Amino acid sequence: MSAPLLEVEGLRVAFGDAEPVVRDVSFALTPGRVLALVGESGSGKSVSAMSVLGLLPPEARVSGSVRFRGDELVGASADRLRAVRGAGIGVVFQEPMNSFTPVLSIGTQIAEAVRAHPTDLDRAGVSARVDELLRSAGLDDPQRIRKAYPHELSGGQLQRAMIAMALAGDPVALIADEPTTALDVTVQAGILDLLRRLGVERSLAVLLITHDMGVVADVADEVLVMRRGDPVETGSVVDVFARPAAAYTRQLLDAVPVLETGSGREARDGSAPSVARPGTDVGDATEASRASRPDVARLRDVAVRYARRGEPTVSGIDLDLQAGRTLGLVGESGSGKSTIGRALAGLVPVVHGSVEVDGSDLRTARGRRLRELRSRVGIVFQDPASSLNPRQTIGWSIAEPLLVHAAASPADRAARVAELLAAVQLDPTWAERFPHQLSGGQRQRVAVARALALRPALVIADEPTSALDVTVQAAVLDLLADLQDEFGFGMLLVSHDLAVVRQLADEVVVLHGGRIVERGTTERVLDDPQQDYTRMLLAAAPVADPARQAERRAAWRAWEGVAP
Amino acid sequence: MTANVVDSPVPVASGRTTGFRAVVRRVARDRWAVVAAVVIALFVVVALAAPLIAAVSGQDPYRYHVDALNDFGAPRGPAGGVSGTHWFGVEPLTGRDLFAIVTYGARTSLGIGIAATAMSIVIGVLVGVTTGFLGGWYDRVLSRVVDVIFGFPSLVFMIALTAVVPTSFPKPLLVVLVIGFFGWPAVARVVRGQTLSLVTRNYVVASTAMGAGRWHVIRTQLLPNLSATITVYATISIPSMIGAEAALSFLAVGVTPPTPSWGRSIGDAIGWVQTDPMYLVFPGAALFLITLAFNVLGDALRDALDPRGGAR
Repeated sequence: MSAPLLEVEGLRVAFGDAEPVVRDVSFALTPGRVLALVGESGSGKSVSAMSVLGLLPPEARVSGSVRFRGDELVGASADRLRAVRGAGIGVVFQEPMNSFTPVLSIGTQIAEAVRAHPTDLDRAGVSARVDELLRSAGLDDPQRIRKAYPHELSGGQLQRAMIAMALAGDPVALIADEPTTALDVTVQAGILDLLRRLGVERSLAVLLITHDMGVVADVADEVLVMRRGDPVETGSVVDVFARPAAAYTRQLLDAVPVLETGSGREARDGSAPSVARPGTDVGDATEASRASRPDVARLRDVAVRYARRGEPTVSGIDLDLQAGRTLGLVGESGSGKSTIGRALAGLVPVVHGSVEVDGSDLRTARGRRLRELRSRVGIVFQDPASSLNPRQTIGWSIAEPLLVHAAASPADRAARVAELLAAVQLDPTWAERFPHQLSGGQRQRVAVARALALRPALVIADEPTSALDVTVQAAVLDLLADLQDEFGFGMLLVSHDLAVVRQLADEVVVLHGGRIVERGTTERVLDDPQQDYTRMLLAAAPVADPARQAERRAAWRAWEGVAP
Repeated sequence: MTANVVDSPVPVASGRTTGFRAVVRRVARDRWAVVAAVVIALFVVVALAAPLIAAVSGQDPYRYHVDALNDFGAPRGPAGGVSGTHWFGVEPLTGRDLFAIVTYGARTSLGIGIAATAMSIVIGVLVGVTTGFLGGWYDRVLSRVVDVIFGFPSLVFMIALTAVVPTSFPKPLLVVLVIGFFGWPAVARVVRGQTLSLVTRNYVVASTAMGAGRWHVIRTQLLPNLSATITVYATISIPSMIGAEAALSFLAVGVTPPTPSWGRSIGDAIGWVQTDPMYLVFPGAALFLITLAFNVLGDALRDALDPRGGAR
């Protein structure tokens, strides 16, 4: 191992006069190695990384020491920092879609980055350099990519172009801030592969910021776990994952839903006997209990089209969902999984087939009949920040369904709100609070309470936890399962995360390009997939175990580039 | 795995609240906004208590004081005849008390400005929310109507209309209707834009999905979230309405004489600006002060209501 390239010692960052958001963080980057800064939201991982390059807003006060090749960067002049940015350390941001100017071609923007630092290249030289950079970022068709505008490329291609741009100044270190969070798993696997390869080939020191333990297990050599601005644990990935020393690290690892066989639903069933739902015999064969359950949702050959004409977004969808059971709908972005969820709530135009909810056809219902039918469906949305009205108390939001359907007197409503808040494990006295006083997980619990207010037959959970931290996610998933046991609603779980689906769903439907690719019981689909696409999805998802992930990585390489 | 349940400490209100008290507190921190609010309050008091104030000075805006004028019809004495009796001097040619004219003029200006704003806000919000929320052909038709009125040469139309309408129709009401009518399309556009972004928020979708009717969604989800925009827009549009009234009166198509109006006084004073500049200064200063005050307050309100907050 060579000498460290970048050494950070006792880093503290505070905004204005507030409490510091980063306290005494120390780490070192060495060429050819990947260090992962991992933590939940608010842990200060991004702030720590950005302070290295002096990219924080002016009111940030940074103290401690950041030495790059022996030069102190804390308090360095703007010119000195500019020389280090790009030429010394390249940066890749989270959302590739927002990292490029939409009005200039990719080639122009990368050429600009090439010229940003003193270069003796002429026009042709710069253009050749751009091609070379794009190729080294795994984009095999640089001629086309160079001329393309950002909106003409996919998220994965853009992130690769972003990496090419970060390499423009021949940096010796690369900071990647959640580089794959906005991308699908199959794309993520490719980008992580690229980062690892670049690290080795160009002996780059890589600082990877992520919240995903699977990503850490996949690419990192060392890891620094952070929590609320404090470093919690540091060490080699193998050591930390195998023998986490800090309680918080253990908690983080335990909270990660498990994708692979011999865990998940079975494990949960073992620890939670409440899964034997009221009204059903534990010993019953699955088929027998299925027959006794009423259908809460039935889709027959459904097609949804948003535009006036053209190809439908989804088509040929057949689904059945029984009360008390959970159907997992998985697929990558653009597969139409959310569209199907919204079709069940009557929120999108169904152009073909029939949508039955609780025995009545939703497609032909209008006016009052449609509104009544909608009361049989509860929805939990992905983004807890926008699912509650910021100007109303959470008590009002939970009571809104009752208000709409005039189902209760004010006193009854208040009682029901208290009951629901207790059911989602929040303090009933919180009814008077406003959404901004709650954390993301708490808001999501409120959204669940609202969805259950009218005792719906069907609950549609559209990526209910993808915006939440992993420990909070685990709690919300447990809550959903417990509430389902208690109230017996059928649940349509829309998720891109196969591990989440494994934890909750009885059956899984895999979607790709608006069509059903594979369906079956969760165990069968996830343990013994029949379709290549399902196998590829499974292979691409990283698991939080470095040894297992190395095997999976090898298996994934066989799949790379395969598409049905 | 019971992190984040009841016993965990509740995070302190992150981000900025937009409650009424919080807004007032933030506005109060802006010194210029406080000055503006005081100026506005002062003008409102003056407008309401105009007869009382005029009585204190012992004058009214209708009585002629020919004795205060010299042989050419210009006010006697320095600075347009400013004296203990006539605090702002007198009007040339008639000798009416300028202080009384300015105080009574505040009634005309503020009354018409606020009434026209109220009218344009009510119509604009109604049209904006419904077009943004309902969409379809209703939106397409009304949006074109908005475009047409927006692009209309409104000043020419106002002059023509006020000249055509029979004199028996109360002039102040006509001015309110005309100015208000040309004010609402701008409000409708802003509100429609905001509504379009609001209807994609999950809480609005959730409300629809739970079976709420349109009126319920508009009343409980959309309007409360639009209130900040509407407040700011109203505050900023009052001075432009006051300005529009003054412009019409300046062009002699506004309120009829002898009803005092700043706009008409300014129009008359233009001819006297060489001999009696103070005749222009007093009503002009009043108009300038009130429009500036409303604009400053509106600006501060916009900053205070913006939940993103932070430094300006």
